[in-house]
Amino acid sequence: MAHVALADKEQELAHPKTWIGMYVWSQDHKIIGIQYIITATAVGVIALILSGLMRLQLGFPGVFDFIQPDEYYQAVTMHGMIMIVFMLTAFFLGGFGNVLVPLMCGARDMAFPYMNMLSYWVYLLSVIVVCASFFVPEGPTGAGWTLYPPQAITEGTPGADWGIICMTVSLGLFVVAFTMGGLNYVTTAFQARTRGMTLMRMPLSVWGIIMATILGLLAFPALLVSVIMMTLDKTLDTSFFMPAISSLGENLSHEGGSPILFQHLFWFFGHPEVYIVALPAFGIVSDLISTHARKNIFGYRMMVWAIVAIGGLSFIVWAHHMYVSGMNPYFGFFFATTTLIIAVPTAIKVYNWVLTLWRGNIHLTVPMLFAIGFIFTFIHGGITGLFLGNVVVDVPLSDTYFVVGHFHMVMGVSPFLVVFGGIYHWFPLLTGRMLNDAMGKIHFWLTFLGTYAIYLPMHYIGILGVPRRYYANGTTEFLPDSVHAANFSITIAALVVAAAQFLFLINIFWSLFKGRKSPRNPWRATTIEWQTPDYPPKHGNWGKELPVVHRWAYSYSVPGAKEDFIPQNEPPSKYTRGEGEV
Amino acid sequence: MAIAIILIVLVVGSVVFHFMSPWYFTEIASNWTAIDTTVTITFIVCGVVFVAANLFMAYCIIKYRNKDKNQRADYEPENKKLEGWLTAITTVGVVAMLAPGLIVWGKFVSPPENAAIVEVVGQQWQWSFRFPGKDGQLGTTDSRKISIDNPFGMNDEDPYGQDDILIEGNEVHIPKGLPIKFLLRSKDVLHNFTVPQFRVKMDLVPGMVTWQWLTPTRVGTFEILCEELCGIGHHTMRGKVTVVEEEQFNTWLAQQPTYAMLAARTAGNAQAGQAQYQICAACHGVQGEGNQMLNAPKLSGQEDWYLKRQLTYFRDGIRGSNPEDVLGQQMAPMAAGLVNDVLIDDLAAYIQTLPDEPAEPTVHGDVDNGQQLYITCGKCHGRQGEGRWAVNAPRLAGMSDWYLAAQLRNFKQGIRGAHPQDATGRQMESMVLSLDDEKINDLIAYINTF
Repeated sequence: MAHVALADKEQELAHPKTWIGMYVWSQDHKIIGIQYIITATAVGVIALILSGLMRLQLGFPGVFDFIQPDEYYQAVTMHGMIMIVFMLTAFFLGGFGNVLVPLMCGARDMAFPYMNMLSYWVYLLSVIVVCASFFVPEGPTGAGWTLYPPQAITEGTPGADWGIICMTVSLGLFVVAFTMGGLNYVTTAFQARTRGMTLMRMPLSVWGIIMATILGLLAFPALLVSVIMMTLDKTLDTSFFMPAISSLGENLSHEGGSPILFQHLFWFFGHPEVYIVALPAFGIVSDLISTHARKNIFGYRMMVWAIVAIGGLSFIVWAHHMYVSGMNPYFGFFFATTTLIIAVPTAIKVYNWVLTLWRGNIHLTVPMLFAIGFIFTFIHGGITGLFLGNVVVDVPLSDTYFVVGHFHMVMGVSPFLVVFGGIYHWFPLLTGRMLNDAMGKIHFWLTFLGTYAIYLPMHYIGILGVPRRYYANGTTEFLPDSVHAANFSITIAALVVAAAQFLFLINIFWSLFKGRKSPRNPWRATTIEWQTPDYPPKHGNWGKELPVVHRWAYSYSVPGAKEDFIPQNEPPSKYTRGEGEV
Repeated sequence: MAIAIILIVLVVGSVVFHFMSPWYFTEIASNWTAIDTTVTITFIVCGVVFVAANLFMAYCIIKYRNKDKNQRADYEPENKKLEGWLTAITTVGVVAMLAPGLIVWGKFVSPPENAAIVEVVGQQWQWSFRFPGKDGQLGTTDSRKISIDNPFGMNDEDPYGQDDILIEGNEVHIPKGLPIKFLLRSKDVLHNFTVPQFRVKMDLVPGMVTWQWLTPTRVGTFEILCEELCGIGHHTMRGKVTVVEEEQFNTWLAQQPTYAMLAARTAGNAQAGQAQYQICAACHGVQGEGNQMLNAPKLSGQEDWYLKRQLTYFRDGIRGSNPEDVLGQQMAPMAAGLVNDVLIDDLAAYIQTLPDEPAEPTVHGDVDNGQQLYITCGKCHGRQGEGRWAVNAPRLAGMSDWYLAAQLRNFKQGIRGAHPQDATGRQMESMVLSLDDEKINDLIAYINTF
């Protein structure tokens, strides 16, 4: 049961008087969320530019003389790590989590606002450290985002001295920041909900975010210990992951360590990490679809249990990233089975999104376009996951462009479409202005079609056998010239998609000052973040009194009701039986 | 509405693309056709879901999009029966893919008892191979014994190792029709032994021996690729496996040296080499100091393994045979007289005795820019340009800089490194893709500071 006293701690909130207190050292969850969003977007732009460098090299090999092999591998590594950890994880949990969890649960703020503020500043520090690695001798690490030892810390890899240390230190800081934020999101959702907001009345956005946070709290420690052990291997010549090896003709002093141990630890974090990014997207997209199709989410209880089941299963599938790693091959039977089982709750979620559209009243707004785009890309990325999860099918495809295509569809494009959809949806809540529709539609079409043009061909050149993480294919007999044509066209599409993202940033800035003023609750949504007394909500969110929740979050188009939505906090009346009392 | 039409176009387009695109599996050359079959099954099951789910979504958007103000959606929180059916059908589809997959995996994990053993050794950024020899047993190895004279790290006290057949190059032959179990060993970092036509692949992990097995079914030469990121030269870590009939294989194997033979190799005789060097001295100078007027680079101070290999290449037409390589063509006939490897060893041994004075710098450029560029080069050639035998990277520091510049241009233009047997040259070729003349000068100017 929710603890209303914790939700309603108006007296305890620090109301600062100065600009710096309100917007810099702020303890308001909305401001902290925006700080997370701005920082994550900034590093996201860096990672986007790095992907452009990679594509220039692959599309025009040897033409751009500023991309040498070391720079290419550094771009590969930094693009991956920044996008996954410092961009998507931070954006969904630090950004959306901060903004939405207290508002959607009916709390005045996070349970521990001061710690929440600290979380952001430590996150910023981790971002600064990871970006600093661009300026250290030899530049950032080029070990690939998976940082596999021994390669990550031996001479033959770019950034094997300074770069890798910057990376491990910044990941350590990130875990600290995430833990402080994550404890907040979970505590707030479990302990600080307003009166009437039972767990099974919570919007799916909150379910997705807190389940992802729980996964993060359990998975990030594995990353933390592995980067600490690797740092010790590098600096103190310990041998956690380092066997006796002869590196470039020199016999190193390590002996007895296991490189595969690192992979187990890394993927024990790394696989849940996929769902740390995916579950908030699942939750948010459910709310977008329901609101803009004016229909209750189909099978709410199944959706909640699917989120919980996926979260639980995500901890026993990690070694499907390691089928050809040299671990005992008998593990393949177990991990292929668990991995394919996870397809069942995931498929249920997809069915329920589509069935929410079925017999709906679909408004093709910009957030809805992104949500529909997400369903398409997620189906695509999901089923290619069935290829890679099924151990023997994975063998010929592993480490080829099929894998690159798959994970970009499922945890690159899909979550990003939700991030964009969420921004178009909630921008008015935070700013009081609408984003420009025309620019939003151009942004959607270029991004949606452009990314498909990038990633669909990648799957097929991967089946043919083009390996990933190659600076150049060189003269490779089994690759026809058409592969180069594919790389060329992929690069063109990637440049178009990148340009479209700058259009999106322009839209944000333009709308911030010149955008159409948003009416209250512009999407006519039921969830209570739209029902605050002040619009946009102020520090403390709820004015004098907390809202009281009377129903679930999906009372759209209830028969007999006057409007096609009934806010969660509207008192019951004769038109609205206690519908949705699930 | 546009979105519904686009969804239909994307679904149809994807299916058409699947059948029309020029990219699908290479023609298989091993017994693993069952892998291709499971991939096909997965494509069918997943393809049906992809088409059905997206077309249904497009249908919903067309039928239920908002058309007028009074339109209302249905109110149906759940439908247990429908959800139950969908779950059941999904489960059937998953089983249809998983079951055959696990059966094939069962074969993957059980190599035949009679499989022949071939060891594949990976290191940054090359392959080598070892056969067990007459006794059918591989000798033990120890990574701490790896040195320039014992690149395989063979344990010299192990009797089983003496007859092991060592293939130091990047190319190996295997017989058609016999099951082969590849034992995979890495000297340094993770690698992955992949031949796309064989379908199967496995990582090489330092500190342990991994394996994979297959039966080659088709005669031909296939490319070996490394598919686990292994550092800056990852994309250049190539090799070749040639599948031949058993008889030809046996002939080939019999010509390969054993560990005992290689260990008994004697060092070159510098005195004998001195006599031969008289011809070389005409261009390269009595002290091996080089002569730019005659386009002859400095030899003194260069490492002997590199000199030996280049002399062999010139002799065998691997280098100096490209019609555009004017200077190389002058050298080739000079090396033609070195009819056996002993002569080459002797010559290289003599050159080692010549005094090593750094060559005069002749190339000028932006040293700071060169330092930035040299990060990539230093991984193989050493941070001070000292050269590294383990990665076949010759010494650069103090050698003729005009010659380095000319060779970089040759690599860049495919004049050097393009010969199919010049595996290390080919590696260099794909490292210098992005260098232009100005960058080459900057780079050499930096190398001149060592």
